[in-house]
Amino acid sequence: MADYKQMWTDLGMDLEKHDVLCEVLPEAFGGIYLTQQDRPKGMDFYDFVVSEIHGVRPAEMLQHQKEGGKVFGTFCVYVPDEVVFAAGGIAAGLCGGSQFWVSGGEKVLPANTCSLIKASVGARLDKTCPFFLIPDMYVGENTCDGKKKAWEILAGEVPIHIIDIPQMKRERDIAAYEAEIRDFIATVEKVTGNKITAESLGAAIKLINNKRRALQRVYNARKASPVPISGLDALLVTQINFYDDPARAAQMANNLAEELEQRIENGLGVFPDKAVRIMVSGTPMAIPNWKLHHIIESLGAAVVVEESCTGTRYFENLVDESASTLEEQIRALAERYMKTNCACFTPNSARVEDIIRLADEYKVDGIIDTNLQFCNLYSTESHLVKQSMNERNLPFMHIETDYSEQDFEQLRTRVEAFLEILRK
Amino acid sequence: MIVIGIDIGSVAAKGYIISSGKHHRTIIPTGWSPREAGQAIIDQLLDVSRIERDQVERIYVTGYGRVAFEQADKTITEIKCHARGIAELYPEVRTIIDIGGQDSKVIRIGERGQVLDFAMNDKCAAGTGRFLQVMATALGLDVSELGDAEQPGQMQTISSMCTVFAESEIIGSLARGNPIGGIIAGLHQSVGKRVAAMARRMGIREQVAFTGGVAINQGVKRALEAELGTRIIVPEACQYTGALGAALLALENS
Repeated sequence: MADYKQMWTDLGMDLEKHDVLCEVLPEAFGGIYLTQQDRPKGMDFYDFVVSEIHGVRPAEMLQHQKEGGKVFGTFCVYVPDEVVFAAGGIAAGLCGGSQFWVSGGEKVLPANTCSLIKASVGARLDKTCPFFLIPDMYVGENTCDGKKKAWEILAGEVPIHIIDIPQMKRERDIAAYEAEIRDFIATVEKVTGNKITAESLGAAIKLINNKRRALQRVYNARKASPVPISGLDALLVTQINFYDDPARAAQMANNLAEELEQRIENGLGVFPDKAVRIMVSGTPMAIPNWKLHHIIESLGAAVVVEESCTGTRYFENLVDESASTLEEQIRALAERYMKTNCACFTPNSARVEDIIRLADEYKVDGIIDTNLQFCNLYSTESHLVKQSMNERNLPFMHIETDYSEQDFEQLRTRVEAFLEILRK
Repeated sequence: MIVIGIDIGSVAAKGYIISSGKHHRTIIPTGWSPREAGQAIIDQLLDVSRIERDQVERIYVTGYGRVAFEQADKTITEIKCHARGIAELYPEVRTIIDIGGQDSKVIRIGERGQVLDFAMNDKCAAGTGRFLQVMATALGLDVSELGDAEQPGQMQTISSMCTVFAESEIIGSLARGNPIGGIIAGLHQSVGKRVAAMARRMGIREQVAFTGGVAINQGVKRALEAELGTRIIVPEACQYTGALGAALLALENS
């Protein structure tokens, strides 16, 4: 890694603590990622990003700020990045995915809070992640009780704009979300000092749509058998897309997709043709949470799709680009975002339909539905998902876990036993 | 053909050798090294059956220590091995409850002993042998003494599922002068409730067998029967079911 010590010092980071993280991450990444066989060349870019994870992109963000630009940290796929980019800002998904930050979060949060929230709060409070220190503003939402209250704690650290995401999908809820987008536009305009116009929002819609199209293309390639890319690699692509520059993200994902399409043409795969194909559904896996994918794939099964925020929920559905006035664009944004199916909505039967559709599209042999421990929403919903999968004879298993390594062997046994059933 | 099945659990390592219809078995504490425990099992089995190592056709290994044991011709999960073992002993069984040192599992099996579905405790010691071990220590007993020491008539129900909270709860219960036998009955009931809830979520089909080290404890068996409202079969060698299954799968080369 290049030397970013000065940059980190200027950000007020706890360098001593941060060094510990910098020591463990390359080892974990090497063991999980670099030991994989026949990885696509297109992954080199993502490997590079990980090797410079707290350096290269933060430096770009700081440069942007030096030139008068603003940076917004976000935590949810319901936050419309388009608005931020339309005002010349940078939006970056910040969710914490490492056990390293959990203890920092536990200083202020109750024990029965999920790892994602604990890690996110811990990364900020302990000052061990540049991404959490750079933003001029955080954008929170009310998708669960844990997050809702965590923003109130973080508000003492950094200005926060909260988006009130509706939790039902009636027409008046979509209208309510439109109003939220308008409020968000007003805030972003104020923070950046830039007016959002139909022209700039139209361009931002295209920018983010292009990233979605590129990710869709990568995922489409995963429908092939043998599968041309591992689930671990695909997950990493999605994770990095949360905070990378959207135009570059689209370009890199398109380059990768092109290579994968070539592999399919040549019948090349990273798993044998007969490998068991698994869908992972449920709560997001923020970088560097690769635990479940690593367990599944080290047992010889391929993860071919993620029905999650770090998967299809992130890029399925495009915003209608034909909208030409701000009014129409805001409506188009609201319609697109409200198509996303998260367990914070009720009822959420469309998510079950998504899983059934994806199981068919990606020809999966089994579904592993997972949630972070203490995520009440996904944990409760798994009962209904299981019921529906049983009715359709789709093999299903539910796993509750967190960022720690304590349950690694137990999870391995459970996944292995599930695969034994599927391979019979 | 001579085959060996080994089940390296978190507390005990169990072994089964099958040689032309005859078999021997052995059990030792796993200790700190699953690898050494596995080796000791092989040595003991060969010794007691007077068989040389090179006469053994295949060794199948199961249990949490399976990954560390290089001599395995194949590793299989304990879920599949328990199913195979029980199918041999009690072909009528359709549900297996297995409670070991660190896991509890409910396994639903088909007519040929194949695994149809299973549930396993999440990262939590409640409802496992570990829970009972922690509580036995708090009561100044060995975990093997719990079964005989319980007095169901004086049941002191404990409300905490969590091992950490339950420990302070029973210390409080002792301090209030409650009979130790009643406290133990409450602990067994707690394990029974926890595991029965997991079993009910999956659906109970009779007959039901109870395996693993905790199955030796008559109190937990009684508690499970009370919770599930059904009679439960405990194999005479309940701790060996996984090792037996591994040996049978090795015999079948499956």
